[in-house]
Amino acid sequence: MSDTGQGVQTAAPRRSLFETLEIDARLLGMLAAFAAVAIVFTIWTGGTFVGPRNVFNIAVQTVPVAIMACGMVFVIVARHIDLSVGSVLAMSSAVMAMSQAYWLPSLFGLAYGSPVILVLTMLIGFAVGTAIGALTGWLVGYQGIPSFIVTLGGLFVWRNLNWFTTNGQSVSLTDPNLLMFGGTEGVLGATASWILGLVASAVAVLAILSSRRNKLRHGFTVKPVWAEGVMMALIVGVILFFVGWLSRYPIPEAKLKRMFEARGETMPEGYTAMHGLPISVLILILVAVVMTLVARKMRFGRYIFATGGNPDAAELSGINTRLLTVKIFALMGFLCALAGLIAQARLQSHGNDIGMLEELRVIAATVIGGTALAGGVGTIYGAVLGALIMQSLQSGMAMVGVDTPFQNIIVGLVLVLAVWVDILYRKRLGLTK
Amino acid sequence: MTGKTQTPLVELRDISIAFGGIKAVDHVSIDLHPGEVVGLLGHNGAGKSTLIKCLSGAYRKDSGQILINGQPVEINNPRDARAQNIETIYQTLALADNLDASSNLFLGRELIANGLVDDAKMEAETRKIMGRLNPNFRKFNVPVSALSGGQRQSVAIARAVYFNAKILIMDEPTAALGPHETQMVAELIQELKAQGLGIFLIEHDIHNVMKLCDRASVMKNGRLVGTVDVNEVTDDDILGMIILGKKPAKAA
Repeated sequence: MSDTGQGVQTAAPRRSLFETLEIDARLLGMLAAFAAVAIVFTIWTGGTFVGPRNVFNIAVQTVPVAIMACGMVFVIVARHIDLSVGSVLAMSSAVMAMSQAYWLPSLFGLAYGSPVILVLTMLIGFAVGTAIGALTGWLVGYQGIPSFIVTLGGLFVWRNLNWFTTNGQSVSLTDPNLLMFGGTEGVLGATASWILGLVASAVAVLAILSSRRNKLRHGFTVKPVWAEGVMMALIVGVILFFVGWLSRYPIPEAKLKRMFEARGETMPEGYTAMHGLPISVLILILVAVVMTLVARKMRFGRYIFATGGNPDAAELSGINTRLLTVKIFALMGFLCALAGLIAQARLQSHGNDIGMLEELRVIAATVIGGTALAGGVGTIYGAVLGALIMQSLQSGMAMVGVDTPFQNIIVGLVLVLAVWVDILYRKRLGLTK
Repeated sequence: MTGKTQTPLVELRDISIAFGGIKAVDHVSIDLHPGEVVGLLGHNGAGKSTLIKCLSGAYRKDSGQILINGQPVEINNPRDARAQNIETIYQTLALADNLDASSNLFLGRELIANGLVDDAKMEAETRKIMGRLNPNFRKFNVPVSALSGGQRQSVAIARAVYFNAKILIMDEPTAALGPHETQMVAELIQELKAQGLGIFLIEHDIHNVMKLCDRASVMKNGRLVGTVDVNEVTDDDILGMIILGKKPAKAA
């Protein structure tokens, strides 16, 4: 871009393409990294990497870490850390597994597979996760114990209370209502996915238009019309591409036959059905949208960022920062329980080691997604993208036959590299003091 | 000079606060009338900021009474102070560096529309008030960490002014500012005073005190040395009070 006379204040300076589109440079960097990973593995695997089947699998595998990373953004932005998320996931999962497999059926005599069991199970599991988070938040906010210590302790406590709850045994989970949350067992099918994709596209376009109208009403400068159009086209394109791609992934014939038999019917000859959007991915999208709304448009989110930027200023502005800390960790705990539900549904069992080392992947995804450990800075979409990049790397490496130790080594290196590049970039722009 | 017979806007009676055995403020009483600027002076560690933080809610006093318009009030946290229309501009500029000007201005009191924070309305209001206080201010959409000291100060002042403060506490408002911006703050203080606000001004620069304040209360080692009418004393008298802790004989 050419430079037009510095210091001329009256004439609007010409801006670069990305500035006009108001795309964050950091987001752009992450998208580029994601594209690079996708391109390299696509070539390496001869196209299998971006096939509908693998895209579906990566999406489903990303969900638990990405959901927790959304909560971790708030925790880290508020200058805290949560090392216990993997253990809280396991603890919630253990309670949910025992509830549906043993406690509820024996206590209330509910029939196996009754939807009431699942609803109660979820309520109990979410309550446990939220309560654990609230307890952590109380110890941090009201008692002043550093979150690193409280959650490091929590990592041991909840992991082993999980063990105690299930006597160290795996619990097999076969309730079809539960398995819906897992991924391959719970999909919308092609038609519903397309409808949902179109609705989502319409909502996105309307949101952009309403934001523009609101800005115009107050007389602020807005993006040129073509820039708004490009943004809309990009967003709608991504949504419809994703939906369309997953709607091209057929459900295996043997499985379709089983589904028909379960309903006491026989499968018509030549019948096919597509996966479409998995329910677990829909839950992730819902969580990400709601969390973004909270971060940007609600007082709760505003106060989290203010506290991360300057805790004293937040306190002096009349914000109850202690209660805020409790709420942040309670929300984190709830999201751990939600991730636990999805993880156990995908694995169709609860094992002792469920969510093991997940805290490190969650923190890595959050940090790769541009959340600063110093607090005050971070985005939800960044964290989700961070989780997606890590999962894609791991999935791609597994496909091309990289040994497990090397997979982990590379994920570790990528984490450090991502933060390093970010620091270099900020230094060059003079954003750091 | 405002009549001393009328009820003071603020009366701090016999305030004491100690930190681990050290009496930071020791039985101090001062008052403030509407449309008056009272300077608080003293060395570093004399207890000025500590005293005033009892009024702004940042600290809780150990003993003593706070009266607003003659009514005793309890101020236990910054929210209580705000409820009494007490606004504070802190020496350390209590701004969240990562948020923009309007988010800071409305921090803790965001404008809400349909349950969501109304950023556009808040920015419009911020533009209005900044247009009055600092017409050259343009940086509405960047974090305040990107602003100069004077610009940051005007955001802090705008916050106090916007919410119709009746009592304003300014802790060294010109410490980080250049001459031009200092002048701007001085003019603003005169304007607010004319509107009937009461202002406590913590200030080190004796010339600013002589220029801006109606009365000056001097503290030393946590105790009040005395309160004088600025018109009736010289700057040497006040310096004497600060350094020697002695009240000049002629002042009432």
